[in-house]
Amino acid sequence: MYSLKDQGCIVGVGESAFSRGSGKTELGLMLEASVNAINDAGLKPHDIDGIIGPPLGATAEHFAANLGIEDLRYATTVHMGGASPVVSLQSAAMAVASGVATNVLIPCGWNGYSSNPVRGGGARVDTGERPMPSQNPLANTIGAYYLPYGATVPVQWYAWLAIRHMKLYGTPFESMGAIAVAERKHAQLNDKAMMRGRPLSMDDYLASRMVSFPFRLYDCCLETDAACAIVVTAADRAKDLKQPPVYISGVAEGHPYPADDIPARPDPFVIGLTFAAPKAFAMAGVTHKDIDFAEVYDCFTYVVMLQLEAMGFCKRGEVKDFVTGGRIELGGELPINTHGGLHSEAHVWGTNHIVEAARQLRHQCGARQVKDAEVGLVTGWGDFGDGGLAILRR
Amino acid sequence: MAGSLSYKLPLPRVGGRSAEFYNFCKRHELRFQRCTGCGTWRHIPRDMCAKCGSFDWEWARSSGKGKLFSWTTAVQPMMRQFADQVPYSPVIVELEEGVRMVTWLTDVKPDELQLGMPVEVAFDDVTPEVTLPKFRRSA
Repeated sequence: MYSLKDQGCIVGVGESAFSRGSGKTELGLMLEASVNAINDAGLKPHDIDGIIGPPLGATAEHFAANLGIEDLRYATTVHMGGASPVVSLQSAAMAVASGVATNVLIPCGWNGYSSNPVRGGGARVDTGERPMPSQNPLANTIGAYYLPYGATVPVQWYAWLAIRHMKLYGTPFESMGAIAVAERKHAQLNDKAMMRGRPLSMDDYLASRMVSFPFRLYDCCLETDAACAIVVTAADRAKDLKQPPVYISGVAEGHPYPADDIPARPDPFVIGLTFAAPKAFAMAGVTHKDIDFAEVYDCFTYVVMLQLEAMGFCKRGEVKDFVTGGRIELGGELPINTHGGLHSEAHVWGTNHIVEAARQLRHQCGARQVKDAEVGLVTGWGDFGDGGLAILRR
Repeated sequence: MAGSLSYKLPLPRVGGRSAEFYNFCKRHELRFQRCTGCGTWRHIPRDMCAKCGSFDWEWARSSGKGKLFSWTTAVQPMMRQFADQVPYSPVIVELEEGVRMVTWLTDVKPDELQLGMPVEVAFDDVTPEVTLPKFRRSA
């Protein structure tokens, strides 16, 4: 039995400015975040010898050329959409544990607002012939079988899962609203959050316009021009660096079956995380009760709920009760998305969730610090339900 | 619904087996791959039978009867071409043979949609070249 338990550490985290209108290239944003993460670790750009490139926007070699890395020993890319950053932690841990690389950089980001890549043809700019990034592995399925019926974007695909869950298990709108409200509340304690200063009540949530039933505006994540970056190093070296190391205690990826078509799945609630979670928990040697906080990929409110059930925090159909009553808010049993998440901090493909988890475990989160946080988790979700789970500890 | 040169919505982007799928639709035949080794139906098209590993298959004709598996109702158009269509409901239908597909229902309003609602295929010749399989209520 393999184990990557505690072999790799997150030693540096950083971000670019978060905005609606960066005026920069996507690579430029990601380089800014990368330099900040490398500085945070107390390293120099030349110390990086492994790069896990983002699924879009630039390759590992673009980063090496800009950062001046002559001997790039390990370059790869994880193509799992929004699950890519968390799953990259697994690849980085493998690289540093095996000695293939010493310091691995994971950059990710985009001009998610300015270039309007998701809502192509929506309000801002008509990019209607490009409903998905052209290199997306799902493009064939979408183009041949979903496009003629106008099902071209995530808010529509994941609504298929949400409707079925609502009808089978009586999941109410208010439980989805509880996610949006909790995240917005957390964002009020985060200087970087795009939605700081704009509180959201349940009434506001319920009054917001419908986008694709059952998802309202406030069920949807933000679109942000933003990048984040992570530096991973082997545990024995991490102790000598600038920041307290954050150990990657358990990490795994998972893919729904089949991964490239949602309707064909025998059980649509079996997602990538369903496969990843038992592996990551077993590797870390912890149980759900040990988790002090969870940063859960939140492209849509219901997707958070789907993942909580898939990880086993509650039984299927019971998540409506799990997410209400303040349990997922700071001070509750399992605070979720303590930075505000993709809904209220920024949309950085969930790389910002990793940054937040690392800072929570370093106890650097000020007013939103989870008291005595020792163990936390980060999930990734993308590309029709690919999943990743990292269990981190200080 | 007669085919029209003025049809404005995006047509399927096809090649290989997806082109064959739509060619059968043009003949008003709903056909899916069926493994000739073990008889398992599948959609979307694949090279192999995931159940028995056989590379041998045929385009087998579906009864066209099924039930509603799930849906969404698009209220905000995400592509300009669909601006005149909202609200419209991309639904998932589960055929009797077990395969599922994305489609539209032609005669059901969004607020009438129900899980398990029985439906049957209703071909829509949207252009002289392209026919889309859609569905309507059935008894």
